[in-house]
Amino acid sequence: MTALLRRELTLALRAGGGAPQGLVFYLIVVLLAPLGIGPDPETLARVAPGLLWVAALLACLVTLDRLFQTDWEDGTLDALTLSPVPLEAVVAIKALAHWLTTGLPLALLAPLLAVTLHLPGAAMPWLVATLFAGTPALSLLGAIGAALTLNLRRGGLLVGVLTLPLYIPTLIFGARAVANAAQGLPALPALALTAALTLAVAALAPLAAAAILRIQIR
Amino acid sequence: MSLWRFANPAAFMALTDRVLPALSVLTALCLAVGLAWGFFGTPHDYQQGATVKIIYLHVPAALMAINGWIMMLVASLIWVIRRHHVSALAARAAAPVGATLTLVAMVTGAFWGQPTWGTWWVWDPRLTSFFILLIFYLGYIALWEAVEDPEKAADLTAALCLIGSVFALLSRYAVLFWNQGLHQGFSLSLDPETNVADVFYYPLLVCMAGFALLFVTLVLIRTRTEILRRRLRALDLRAAHLREGAA
Repeated sequence: MTALLRRELTLALRAGGGAPQGLVFYLIVVLLAPLGIGPDPETLARVAPGLLWVAALLACLVTLDRLFQTDWEDGTLDALTLSPVPLEAVVAIKALAHWLTTGLPLALLAPLLAVTLHLPGAAMPWLVATLFAGTPALSLLGAIGAALTLNLRRGGLLVGVLTLPLYIPTLIFGARAVANAAQGLPALPALALTAALTLAVAALAPLAAAAILRIQIR
Repeated sequence: MSLWRFANPAAFMALTDRVLPALSVLTALCLAVGLAWGFFGTPHDYQQGATVKIIYLHVPAALMAINGWIMMLVASLIWVIRRHHVSALAARAAAPVGATLTLVAMVTGAFWGQPTWGTWWVWDPRLTSFFILLIFYLGYIALWEAVEDPEKAADLTAALCLIGSVFALLSRYAVLFWNQGLHQGFSLSLDPETNVADVFYYPLLVCMAGFALLFVTLVLIRTRTEILRRRLRALDLRAAHLREGAA
Protein backbone atom coordinates (compact mmCIF):
# COMPACT_ATOMS: atom_id res chain seq x y z
CA MET A 1 0.00 0.00 0.00
CA THR A 2 2.87 2.40 0.70
CA ALA A 3 4.31 1.28 -2.63
CA LEU A 4 1.06 2.28 -4.30
CA LEU A 5 1.10 5.66 -2.56
CA ARG A 6 4.72 6.20 -3.61
CA ARG A 7 3.85 5.26 -7.19
CA GLU A 8 0.90 7.67 -7.28
CA LEU A 9 2.97 10.54 -5.89
CA THR A 10 5.88 9.87 -8.25
CA LEU A 11 3.57 9.79 -11.25
CA ALA A 12 1.90 13.02 -10.20
CA LEU A 13 5.12 14.91 -9.50
CA ARG A 14 7.13 13.82 -12.55
CA ALA A 15 7.00 16.00 -15.64
CA GLY A 16 3.59 15.77 -17.28
CA GLY A 17 2.11 14.25 -14.16
CA GLY A 18 -0.20 17.17 -13.70
CA ALA A 19 0.34 17.94 -10.01
CA PRO A 20 1.09 21.67 -10.60
CA GLN A 21 -2.05 21.91 -12.76
CA GLY A 22 -4.40 22.50 -9.85
CA LEU A 23 -2.17 25.09 -8.22
CA VAL A 24 -1.66 27.06 -11.41
CA PHE A 25 -5.39 26.94 -12.06
CA TYR A 26 -5.99 28.23 -8.52
CA LEU A 27 -3.59 31.11 -9.15
CA ILE A 28 -5.33 32.04 -12.39
CA VAL A 29 -8.85 32.01 -10.91
CA VAL A 30 -7.74 34.20 -8.00
CA LEU A 31 -5.98 36.54 -10.46
CA LEU A 32 -9.03 36.79 -12.71
CA ALA A 33 -11.54 37.53 -9.95
CA PRO A 34 -10.23 41.01 -8.94
CA LEU A 35 -9.88 41.85 -12.63
CA GLY A 36 -13.58 41.10 -13.01
CA ILE A 37 -14.79 42.50 -9.69
CA GLY A 38 -12.61 45.61 -9.51
CA PRO A 39 -9.71 46.52 -7.22
CA ASP A 40 -11.72 48.02 -4.31
CA PRO A 41 -10.09 46.52 -1.17
CA GLU A 42 -13.31 46.43 0.86
CA THR A 43 -15.28 44.55 -1.79
CA LEU A 44 -12.41 42.12 -2.31
CA ALA A 45 -12.10 41.47 1.41
CA ARG A 46 -15.80 40.68 1.57
CA VAL A 47 -15.79 38.19 -1.31
CA ALA A 48 -12.36 36.72 -0.47
CA PRO A 49 -13.51 33.76 1.72
CA GLY A 50 -16.05 32.54 -0.82
CA LEU A 51 -13.77 33.23 -3.75
CA LEU A 52 -10.80 31.36 -2.28
CA TRP A 53 -13.07 28.40 -1.52
CA VAL A 54 -14.84 28.30 -4.90
CA ALA A 55 -11.44 28.51 -6.61
CA ALA A 56 -10.30 25.55 -4.49
CA LEU A 57 -13.29 23.48 -5.65
CA LEU A 58 -12.53 24.28 -9.28
CA ALA A 59 -8.81 23.58 -8.91
CA CYS A 60 -9.69 20.22 -7.39
CA LEU A 61 -12.15 19.50 -10.18
CA VAL A 62 -9.78 20.15 -13.09
CA THR A 63 -7.28 17.62 -11.74
CA LEU A 64 -9.77 14.79 -11.21
CA ASP A 65 -9.33 13.23 -14.66
CA ARG A 66 -5.90 11.87 -13.75
CA LEU A 67 -7.32 10.00 -10.74
CA PHE A 68 -8.44 6.87 -12.62
CA GLN A 69 -8.48 7.63 -16.34
CA THR A 70 -4.84 6.89 -17.26
CA ASP A 71 -4.79 3.78 -15.06
CA TRP A 72 -7.96 2.61 -16.79
CA GLU A 73 -6.50 3.23 -20.25
CA ASP A 74 -3.27 1.29 -19.74
CA GLY A 75 -4.91 -1.53 -17.77
CA THR A 76 -3.29 -0.73 -14.42
CA LEU A 77 -6.73 -0.46 -12.85
CA ASP A 78 -7.54 -4.06 -13.85
CA ALA A 79 -4.25 -5.18 -12.32
CA LEU A 80 -5.04 -3.25 -9.14
CA THR A 81 -8.44 -4.94 -8.77
CA LEU A 82 -6.68 -8.31 -8.91
CA SER A 83 -4.06 -7.30 -6.33
CA PRO A 84 -4.45 -8.39 -2.69
CA VAL A 85 -5.10 -4.77 -1.67
CA PRO A 86 -8.87 -4.21 -1.52
CA LEU A 87 -10.23 -1.84 -4.14
CA GLU A 88 -11.59 0.42 -1.39
CA ALA A 89 -8.03 0.91 -0.10
CA VAL A 90 -6.79 1.59 -3.63
CA VAL A 91 -9.40 4.32 -3.98
CA ALA A 92 -8.53 5.79 -0.58
CA ILE A 93 -4.80 5.86 -1.42
CA LYS A 94 -5.40 7.41 -4.82
CA ALA A 95 -7.58 10.08 -3.20
CA LEU A 96 -4.88 10.66 -0.56
CA ALA A 97 -2.24 11.09 -3.26
CA HIS A 98 -4.55 13.46 -5.10
CA TRP A 99 -5.02 15.49 -1.93
CA LEU A 100 -1.28 15.58 -1.16
CA THR A 101 -0.59 16.98 -4.63
CA THR A 102 -3.63 19.30 -4.91
CA GLY A 103 -5.46 20.15 -1.69
CA LEU A 104 -2.49 20.38 0.66
CA PRO A 105 -0.30 22.73 -1.45
CA LEU A 106 -3.42 24.73 -2.16
CA ALA A 107 -4.12 25.19 1.56
CA LEU A 108 -0.53 26.34 2.08
CA LEU A 109 -0.63 28.73 -0.88
CA ALA A 110 -4.02 30.24 0.02
CA PRO A 111 -2.78 32.77 2.66
CA LEU A 112 -0.45 34.36 0.10
CA LEU A 113 -3.35 34.85 -2.28
CA ALA A 114 -5.59 35.97 0.58
CA VAL A 115 -3.14 38.83 1.28
CA THR A 116 -3.64 40.08 -2.27
CA LEU A 117 -7.40 40.00 -1.66
CA HIS A 118 -7.06 41.99 1.61
CA LEU A 119 -8.52 39.23 3.78
CA PRO A 120 -8.20 40.37 7.45
CA GLY A 121 -5.19 38.84 9.20
CA ALA A 122 -7.38 37.31 11.91
CA ALA A 123 -9.03 35.09 9.29
CA MET A 124 -5.75 33.69 7.89
CA PRO A 125 -5.30 30.79 10.32
CA TRP A 126 -8.95 29.86 9.78
CA LEU A 127 -8.51 29.90 6.02
CA VAL A 128 -5.62 27.44 6.23
CA ALA A 129 -7.46 25.35 8.84
CA THR A 130 -10.70 25.05 6.83
CA LEU A 131 -8.87 24.26 3.60
CA PHE A 132 -6.76 21.73 5.46
CA ALA A 133 -9.91 20.17 6.98
CA GLY A 134 -12.14 20.46 3.92
CA THR A 135 -10.06 19.68 0.85
CA PRO A 136 -9.62 15.95 1.67
CA ALA A 137 -13.39 15.64 1.25
CA LEU A 138 -13.07 17.26 -2.18
CA SER A 139 -10.53 14.64 -3.31
CA LEU A 140 -12.62 11.78 -1.89
CA LEU A 141 -15.89 12.99 -3.42
CA GLY A 142 -13.97 13.66 -6.61
CA ALA A 143 -13.07 9.96 -6.65
CA ILE A 144 -16.80 9.19 -6.82
CA GLY A 145 -17.29 11.63 -9.70
CA ALA A 146 -14.20 10.37 -11.53
CA ALA A 147 -15.34 6.77 -11.11
CA LEU A 148 -18.82 7.56 -12.43
CA THR A 149 -17.51 9.28 -15.56
CA LEU A 150 -14.67 6.85 -16.26
CA ASN A 151 -14.15 6.28 -19.97
CA LEU A 152 -17.17 8.29 -21.10
CA ARG A 153 -17.25 10.44 -24.18
CA ARG A 154 -17.68 14.02 -22.96
CA GLY A 155 -16.70 12.72 -19.53
CA GLY A 156 -14.73 15.89 -18.82
CA LEU A 157 -17.88 17.96 -18.88
CA LEU A 158 -19.97 15.45 -16.99
CA VAL A 159 -17.52 15.08 -14.11
CA GLY A 160 -18.17 18.71 -13.18
CA VAL A 161 -21.95 18.36 -13.37
CA LEU A 162 -21.86 15.27 -11.16
CA THR A 163 -19.13 16.27 -8.69
CA LEU A 164 -19.74 19.95 -7.98
CA PRO A 165 -23.18 19.42 -6.34
CA LEU A 166 -21.50 17.00 -3.93
CA TYR A 167 -19.11 19.81 -2.95
CA ILE A 168 -21.90 22.16 -1.82
CA PRO A 169 -21.97 21.28 1.91
CA THR A 170 -18.16 21.45 2.21
CA LEU A 171 -18.14 24.80 0.42
CA ILE A 172 -20.86 26.24 2.66
CA PHE A 173 -19.22 25.23 5.94
CA GLY A 174 -15.67 26.01 4.87
CA ALA A 175 -16.34 29.45 3.42
CA ARG A 176 -18.66 30.27 6.36
CA ALA A 177 -15.92 29.64 8.91
CA VAL A 178 -13.49 31.96 7.10
CA ALA A 179 -16.14 34.66 6.60
CA ASN A 180 -17.13 34.48 10.27
CA ALA A 181 -13.52 34.80 11.34
CA ALA A 182 -13.07 37.80 9.03
CA GLN A 183 -16.06 39.51 10.68
CA GLY A 184 -14.92 38.65 14.19
CA LEU A 185 -17.67 36.06 14.73
CA PRO A 186 -17.08 32.58 16.16
CA ALA A 187 -15.66 30.38 13.41
CA LEU A 188 -15.10 27.15 15.29
CA PRO A 189 -18.59 25.58 14.75
CA ALA A 190 -18.33 25.87 10.97
CA LEU A 191 -14.76 24.52 11.03
CA ALA A 192 -15.91 21.59 13.18
CA LEU A 193 -18.71 20.84 10.71
CA THR A 194 -16.23 20.97 7.81
CA ALA A 195 -14.00 18.49 9.58
CA ALA A 196 -16.94 16.26 10.53
CA LEU A 197 -18.05 16.17 6.92
CA THR A 198 -14.55 15.21 5.79
CA LEU A 199 -14.39 12.39 8.34
CA ALA A 200 -17.79 11.01 7.28
CA VAL A 201 -16.82 11.24 3.63
CA ALA A 202 -13.47 9.57 4.33
CA ALA A 203 -15.32 6.65 5.89
CA LEU A 204 -17.95 6.21 3.17
CA ALA A 205 -16.68 7.61 -0.14
CA PRO A 206 -14.03 4.90 -0.75
CA LEU A 207 -16.76 2.26 -0.42
CA ALA A 208 -19.00 4.08 -2.90
CA ALA A 209 -16.23 4.83 -5.40
CA ALA A 210 -14.95 1.24 -5.25
CA ALA A 211 -18.48 -0.11 -5.85
CA ILE A 212 -18.78 2.18 -8.88
CA LEU A 213 -15.37 1.08 -10.20
CA ARG A 214 -16.46 -2.56 -9.93
CA ILE A 215 -19.49 -1.73 -12.09
CA GLN A 216 -17.20 0.00 -14.60
CA ILE A 217 -14.71 -2.87 -14.76
CA ARG A 218 -17.27 -5.68 -14.94
CA MET B 1 -50.15 -12.68 -6.67
CA SER B 2 -47.76 -9.99 -5.61
CA LEU B 3 -46.52 -6.62 -6.75
CA TRP B 4 -43.35 -8.22 -8.10
CA ARG B 5 -45.36 -9.81 -10.91
CA PHE B 6 -45.30 -6.42 -12.64
CA ALA B 7 -41.51 -6.44 -12.63
CA ASN B 8 -42.03 -8.59 -15.71
CA PRO B 9 -42.05 -6.10 -18.62
CA ALA B 10 -44.82 -8.00 -20.44
CA ALA B 11 -47.06 -7.97 -17.37
CA PHE B 12 -46.23 -4.30 -16.81
CA MET B 13 -47.10 -3.42 -20.41
CA ALA B 14 -50.39 -5.35 -20.23
CA LEU B 15 -51.39 -3.71 -16.94
CA THR B 16 -50.48 -0.16 -17.94
CA ASP B 17 -52.21 -0.66 -21.27
CA ARG B 18 -55.46 -1.31 -19.41
CA VAL B 19 -54.98 1.27 -16.64
CA LEU B 20 -53.59 4.26 -18.55
CA PRO B 21 -56.78 5.46 -20.30
CA ALA B 22 -58.73 5.61 -17.05
CA LEU B 23 -55.76 7.17 -15.26
CA SER B 24 -55.37 9.86 -17.94
CA VAL B 25 -59.05 10.79 -17.70
CA LEU B 26 -58.88 10.93 -13.91
CA THR B 27 -55.75 13.14 -14.11
CA ALA B 28 -57.40 15.55 -16.55
CA LEU B 29 -60.53 15.66 -14.39
CA CYS B 30 -58.62 16.33 -11.17
CA LEU B 31 -56.47 19.06 -12.74
CA ALA B 32 -59.42 20.71 -14.50
CA VAL B 33 -61.61 20.71 -11.36
CA GLY B 34 -58.78 21.73 -9.03
CA LEU B 35 -57.41 24.53 -11.19
CA ALA B 36 -60.84 25.88 -12.18
CA TRP B 37 -61.98 25.78 -8.55
CA GLY B 38 -58.78 27.46 -7.47
CA PHE B 39 -58.72 30.16 -10.15
CA PHE B 40 -62.42 31.05 -10.28
CA GLY B 41 -64.03 29.58 -7.15
CA THR B 42 -61.87 31.18 -4.43
CA PRO B 43 -61.71 34.80 -3.28
CA HIS B 44 -58.65 36.99 -3.74
CA ASP B 45 -56.30 37.30 -0.82
CA TYR B 46 -56.82 40.61 0.98
CA GLN B 47 -53.12 41.45 0.79
CA GLN B 48 -51.81 39.60 -2.25
CA GLY B 49 -54.86 39.93 -4.51
CA ALA B 50 -55.09 37.50 -7.42
CA THR B 51 -51.37 36.58 -7.17
CA VAL B 52 -52.20 34.14 -4.41
CA LYS B 53 -53.72 31.82 -7.02
CA ILE B 54 -50.25 30.86 -8.22
CA ILE B 55 -50.35 28.58 -5.18
CA TYR B 56 -52.43 26.06 -7.18
CA LEU B 57 -49.55 25.50 -9.59
CA HIS B 58 -46.60 26.27 -7.37
CA VAL B 59 -47.19 24.09 -4.33
CA PRO B 60 -48.27 20.90 -6.17
CA ALA B 61 -45.34 21.22 -8.60
CA ALA B 62 -42.88 21.68 -5.74
CA LEU B 63 -44.42 18.75 -3.86
CA MET B 64 -44.08 16.40 -6.83
CA ALA B 65 -40.59 17.69 -7.68
CA ILE B 66 -39.40 16.37 -4.32
CA ASN B 67 -41.54 13.22 -4.37
CA GLY B 68 -40.30 12.53 -7.89
CA TRP B 69 -36.73 12.25 -6.60
CA ILE B 70 -37.89 10.02 -3.73
CA MET B 71 -39.67 7.78 -6.24
CA MET B 72 -36.43 7.57 -8.28
CA LEU B 73 -34.55 6.68 -5.12
CA VAL B 74 -36.97 3.83 -4.32
CA ALA B 75 -36.91 2.59 -7.92
CA SER B 76 -33.09 2.71 -7.94
CA LEU B 77 -32.97 0.73 -4.69
CA ILE B 78 -35.31 -1.90 -6.16
CA TRP B 79 -33.04 -2.13 -9.20
CA VAL B 80 -29.90 -2.45 -7.08
CA ILE B 81 -31.41 -5.05 -4.76
CA ARG B 82 -33.69 -7.11 -7.01
CA ARG B 83 -32.38 -6.28 -10.52
CA HIS B 84 -35.81 -5.61 -12.07
CA HIS B 85 -35.24 -3.78 -15.34
CA VAL B 86 -38.66 -2.12 -15.29
CA SER B 87 -37.67 -0.44 -12.03
CA ALA B 88 -34.48 1.00 -13.51
CA LEU B 89 -36.39 2.23 -16.54
CA ALA B 90 -39.08 3.79 -14.34
CA ALA B 91 -36.38 5.76 -12.50
CA ARG B 92 -34.98 6.89 -15.84
CA ALA B 93 -38.46 7.84 -17.04
CA ALA B 94 -39.21 9.87 -13.91
CA ALA B 95 -36.12 12.11 -14.08
CA PRO B 96 -37.15 14.51 -16.87
CA VAL B 97 -40.66 14.77 -15.38
CA GLY B 98 -39.19 15.61 -11.98
CA ALA B 99 -36.74 18.10 -13.48
CA THR B 100 -39.58 19.82 -15.35
CA LEU B 101 -41.70 20.05 -12.20
CA THR B 102 -38.72 21.51 -10.32
CA LEU B 103 -38.40 24.13 -13.04
CA VAL B 104 -42.17 24.80 -12.94
CA ALA B 105 -41.99 25.31 -9.17
CA MET B 106 -39.03 27.70 -9.56
CA VAL B 107 -40.61 29.72 -12.38
CA THR B 108 -44.05 30.01 -10.75
CA GLY B 109 -42.24 30.89 -7.55
CA ALA B 110 -40.43 33.71 -9.36
CA PHE B 111 -43.73 35.02 -10.72
CA TRP B 112 -45.14 34.89 -7.21
CA GLY B 113 -42.10 36.45 -5.60
CA GLN B 114 -41.97 39.42 -7.97
CA PRO B 115 -45.20 41.09 -6.77
CA THR B 116 -45.11 39.89 -3.15
CA TRP B 117 -41.41 40.07 -2.21
CA GLY B 118 -40.52 42.62 -4.89
CA THR B 119 -37.89 40.36 -6.41
CA TRP B 120 -37.77 37.43 -8.84
CA TRP B 121 -35.21 35.54 -6.88
CA VAL B 122 -33.64 35.56 -3.42
CA TRP B 123 -30.98 33.20 -2.07
CA ASP B 124 -33.43 31.87 0.48
CA PRO B 125 -32.75 28.33 1.76
CA ARG B 126 -35.84 26.89 0.08
CA LEU B 127 -35.16 28.48 -3.30
CA THR B 128 -31.52 27.49 -3.16
CA SER B 129 -32.42 23.89 -2.29
CA PHE B 130 -34.62 23.71 -5.37
CA PHE B 131 -31.80 25.07 -7.50
CA ILE B 132 -29.58 22.30 -6.11
CA LEU B 133 -32.29 19.69 -6.72
CA LEU B 134 -32.53 20.82 -10.35
CA ILE B 135 -28.77 20.35 -10.78
CA PHE B 136 -29.00 16.84 -9.32
CA TYR B 137 -31.83 15.99 -11.75
CA LEU B 138 -29.82 17.32 -14.71
CA GLY B 139 -26.70 15.38 -13.70
CA TYR B 140 -28.74 12.20 -13.37
CA ILE B 141 -30.31 12.66 -16.82
CA ALA B 142 -26.93 13.48 -18.37
CA LEU B 143 -25.33 10.34 -16.94
CA TRP B 144 -28.12 8.14 -18.38
CA GLU B 145 -27.55 9.73 -21.78
CA ALA B 146 -23.77 9.38 -21.65
CA VAL B 147 -23.41 5.65 -20.89
CA GLU B 148 -24.07 3.36 -23.83
CA ASP B 149 -24.41 -0.07 -22.24
CA PRO B 150 -27.93 -0.07 -20.73
CA GLU B 151 -27.16 -2.29 -17.75
CA LYS B 152 -24.05 -0.32 -16.82
CA ALA B 153 -26.01 2.92 -17.25
CA ALA B 154 -28.69 1.62 -14.87
CA ASP B 155 -26.08 0.64 -12.27
CA LEU B 156 -24.15 3.91 -12.48
CA THR B 157 -27.25 6.11 -12.36
CA ALA B 158 -28.62 4.11 -9.43
CA ALA B 159 -25.34 4.72 -7.57
CA LEU B 160 -25.57 8.42 -8.44
CA CYS B 161 -29.17 8.55 -7.23
CA LEU B 162 -28.27 6.99 -3.87
CA ILE B 163 -25.24 9.24 -3.31
CA GLY B 164 -27.10 12.26 -4.68
CA SER B 165 -29.98 11.68 -2.25
CA VAL B 166 -27.62 11.85 0.71
CA PHE B 167 -26.01 15.04 -0.56
CA ALA B 168 -29.26 16.68 -1.65
CA LEU B 169 -30.56 16.20 1.90
CA LEU B 170 -27.25 17.35 3.40
CA SER B 171 -27.25 20.44 1.20
CA ARG B 172 -30.84 21.19 2.23
CA TYR B 173 -29.75 21.60 5.85
CA ALA B 174 -26.31 23.04 5.09
CA VAL B 175 -28.07 25.81 3.19
CA LEU B 176 -30.07 26.71 6.32
CA PHE B 177 -26.77 27.16 8.13
CA TRP B 178 -25.40 29.33 5.35
CA ASN B 179 -28.38 31.63 5.19
CA GLN B 180 -28.69 32.16 8.95
CA GLY B 181 -25.13 33.41 8.96
CA LEU B 182 -25.62 35.65 5.93
CA HIS B 183 -28.80 37.53 6.78
CA GLN B 184 -32.03 37.01 8.69
CA GLY B 185 -34.55 34.57 7.25
CA PHE B 186 -37.49 35.87 5.29
CA SER B 187 -40.65 36.29 7.33
CA LEU B 188 -42.69 35.26 4.31
CA SER B 189 -43.11 31.52 4.28
CA LEU B 190 -43.78 29.37 1.24
CA ASP B 191 -45.36 26.84 3.57
CA PRO B 192 -49.15 26.86 3.00
CA GLU B 193 -50.06 24.84 6.10
CA THR B 194 -49.29 27.65 8.54
CA ASN B 195 -51.62 30.32 7.22
CA VAL B 196 -53.85 29.02 4.48
CA ALA B 197 -57.63 29.07 5.08
CA ASP B 198 -59.96 26.22 4.18
CA VAL B 199 -61.34 28.10 1.17
CA PHE B 200 -57.91 27.87 -0.42
CA TYR B 201 -56.98 24.55 1.15
CA TYR B 202 -59.57 22.22 -0.47
CA PRO B 203 -58.97 23.23 -4.10
CA LEU B 204 -55.25 23.03 -3.33
CA LEU B 205 -55.69 19.43 -2.18
CA VAL B 206 -57.46 18.59 -5.45
CA CYS B 207 -54.63 20.22 -7.39
CA MET B 208 -52.04 18.25 -5.43
CA ALA B 209 -53.91 15.03 -6.24
CA GLY B 210 -54.05 16.15 -9.88
CA PHE B 211 -50.30 16.78 -10.03
CA ALA B 212 -49.58 13.45 -8.32
CA LEU B 213 -51.77 11.67 -10.87
CA LEU B 214 -50.13 13.63 -13.67
CA PHE B 215 -46.71 12.52 -12.44
CA VAL B 216 -47.78 8.86 -12.25
CA THR B 217 -49.40 8.98 -15.69
CA LEU B 218 -46.40 10.61 -17.35
CA VAL B 219 -43.96 8.26 -15.69
CA LEU B 220 -45.98 5.21 -16.76
CA ILE B 221 -46.16 6.45 -20.36
CA ARG B 222 -42.44 7.23 -20.40
CA THR B 223 -41.59 3.87 -18.83
CA ARG B 224 -43.58 2.15 -21.58
CA THR B 225 -41.59 4.13 -24.14
CA GLU B 226 -38.33 3.09 -22.48
CA ILE B 227 -39.39 -0.57 -22.54
CA LEU B 228 -40.31 -0.33 -26.21
CA ARG B 229 -37.01 1.39 -26.95
CA ARG B 230 -35.17 -1.40 -25.12
CA ARG B 231 -37.05 -3.99 -27.22
CA LEU B 232 -36.19 -2.15 -30.42
CA ARG B 233 -32.55 -2.15 -29.40
CA ALA B 234 -32.69 -5.90 -28.77
CA LEU B 235 -34.29 -6.45 -32.21
CA ASP B 236 -31.63 -4.26 -33.86
CA LEU B 237 -28.84 -6.18 -32.16
CA ARG B 238 -30.38 -9.50 -33.17
CA ALA B 239 -30.78 -8.36 -36.78
CA ALA B 240 -27.17 -7.19 -36.89
CA HIS B 241 -26.08 -10.50 -35.41
CA LEU B 242 -28.04 -12.47 -38.02
CA ARG B 243 -26.58 -10.36 -40.84
CA GLU B 244 -23.10 -11.07 -39.56
CA GLY B 245 -23.89 -14.79 -39.36
CA ALA B 246 -25.13 -14.79 -42.97
CA ALA B 247 -22.08 -12.90 -44.25
